[in-house]
Amino acid sequence: MSTATAIEIAGLVKRFRREMLRRDYTTWKSLLLRPFKRRTDADYLTVLDGVDLSIEPGRTIAIIGQNGSGKSTLLKILAGIYKADQGTVTVRGRVSSLIELGAGFHPEFSGRENIYLNGTILGLSKKEIAARFDEIVAYSGLGDFIEAPVRTYSSGMYVRLGFAVAVNVDPDVLLVDEVLAVGDEAFAHKCETKLNQFKAAGKTIVLVSHDLISVKKFADEVVWLDGGKVAARGEAAQVIDIYRQGVARREDEAGRVQAEARVAELAAARRWGQGEVEITGVRLLDSEGQAHAVFASGGPMNIEMDYLMRQPVDDLVFGVALNNSAGVLCYGSNTAIDQAELGPIPPQGTVRFAVQRLDLVPGTFTLDVAAHAGDGRAYDYLTQVASLSVRGGPRDEGIWRPPHSWSLRAREDKA
Amino acid sequence: MSITGHLAELARHRALLWALVGRELKGRYRGSLFGFLWTFLNPLMLLAVYALVFSVYFRIDMAHYAVFMFTGLLPWVFFSSCINEGAGAITEGGSLVTKVMFPLQVLPAVKVMANFVNYLLSLPILFAFYLFDGVALTWCLVAFFVVAAVHILFTYSLVLLLSAANVFLRDTKHMVNNLLTLWFFLTPILYPLTQIPEGFRFLVQFNPAAVITLAYHDLFFWGRWPAWGPLAGVAGLSLVLLVVAVVVFEHYKEYFAEKI
Repeated sequence: MSTATAIEIAGLVKRFRREMLRRDYTTWKSLLLRPFKRRTDADYLTVLDGVDLSIEPGRTIAIIGQNGSGKSTLLKILAGIYKADQGTVTVRGRVSSLIELGAGFHPEFSGRENIYLNGTILGLSKKEIAARFDEIVAYSGLGDFIEAPVRTYSSGMYVRLGFAVAVNVDPDVLLVDEVLAVGDEAFAHKCETKLNQFKAAGKTIVLVSHDLISVKKFADEVVWLDGGKVAARGEAAQVIDIYRQGVARREDEAGRVQAEARVAELAAARRWGQGEVEITGVRLLDSEGQAHAVFASGGPMNIEMDYLMRQPVDDLVFGVALNNSAGVLCYGSNTAIDQAELGPIPPQGTVRFAVQRLDLVPGTFTLDVAAHAGDGRAYDYLTQVASLSVRGGPRDEGIWRPPHSWSLRAREDKA
Repeated sequence: MSITGHLAELARHRALLWALVGRELKGRYRGSLFGFLWTFLNPLMLLAVYALVFSVYFRIDMAHYAVFMFTGLLPWVFFSSCINEGAGAITEGGSLVTKVMFPLQVLPAVKVMANFVNYLLSLPILFAFYLFDGVALTWCLVAFFVVAAVHILFTYSLVLLLSAANVFLRDTKHMVNNLLTLWFFLTPILYPLTQIPEGFRFLVQFNPAAVITLAYHDLFFWGRWPAWGPLAGVAGLSLVLLVVAVVVFEHYKEYFAEKI
């Protein structure tokens, strides 16, 4: 194996002007009106924040990460479309990028003309295109449509033609951005075969994808890009696992902050009651008493609500209800229905609704809580006071997962 | 990048340049009712209107006025179309700018060359007018290649600079659009040089478009060699402009993709 790397990235930083991302362009007019506008750091968004990465020739690397983590920007810098603000990027060999399929296609031109046009744009000479023409047409599977104007093509045909030209550029380094996600099953299969051919031919491939299943299938290595930095790099299954955990954790944190903020500013529209008793706080807790917004299916969950009696009432019932994202009530109960023995109720305190096994099928749910009188008259009723996600478990469907098992027995025919 | 580097890269990508010129020209006329005839119809309709207004309504007293005016109008149509379309060459480049690695100076060059091909294709009509109106053409026509070369150099330099400027200041295109109308009337296209009072005539030297128009008038209409001095002046000015345009364009082109 050669010691030279195919791709070498060191200290790569890329920033974008926020105005540009908003498409708020500078004009002569705006320049005249505000000629001395200074740009500060706040005007910039740092998309890549010190990326170091070296990739050996012949490796297939997948870059994963949430939207806005800088994946596509990194790919565009590798393709030479964007310029690095800081740091160095070296790519050795001929690069072909599957970032945009069919760049420069003209809708009025036939498939044949567009093959020549697109091929020329991708850096092929006329002779090279002519030599590969039949192969490209065969690969695109367009048949006689190759003479029809491209505007008459379906989007699938368009993408197939673009892909057929791009993969025939014969690159040393192939950059792929989410193309596996377009097209039908047959096309996806074709893409896979082609990528495997590239791999077998010892090409270097850099892949950006959200499809973790195909990432696992193709990539020798996975890089998790998070907030413009390399958060993890290594063997595919391992990094994907770390990535998934990271995403779940972040979702949990975001949900928690949201839930805390929610009670304080609940709008009157989603809260009603006479106010003799006020619910002053709602929390979703795990078995250790830690607040969360994401819970494991089949695991424990606790709902806690703080209350405060403004006037003494001798008839107080606490209730909870869980609705799924479609608004279907999944479970609802209260202390009266459950005949909970809470003893004498102090003027203020905390009520806990403890679930030993949260047997819900993964999904998103909202929580309603209430304090009301025995006849149902609400003291304080709050709807959608918190949302929680249920994650994990097998891939079953529906709302509820009853504890269950399967078995089989043979029929004993008497004949 | 140096100016020679810039031009060498353009030359290296000439296959791409011509492919895109072909796309531009074919694309412009395919799918329209008259097809490629529009190439000829556009200047002809312009000519008809101007001829009516200036030789019948305004009564410019000049023999073969329509032929004269058409001679100057065709190169102006070439120039103004280049500027109009060329200023947006990068900003309207779409995926070629933002999604693929691409020698970007090809885009403004495509606009210039496509319009130049259009200009060449309209020349047979001009010659037909000369024949019809009985105005003799002379050997001085060979000067066309020199004048056209200067004209292309001047136009490309200006388009290159404007296309880069329009990326950063998006109303450049609209401003230029408006200025072109003023420029048109200041250029002796609809009127011969003799219509300008002598005291004002020196101003024409400062207008490159006027110098070029007069050169075309000379070699086509008057059947004489163009005034080489002013033409050389325009060529020199164009070179300076080209250097400036190349420096600006090359300096900023790496940022084009993210500014669009």
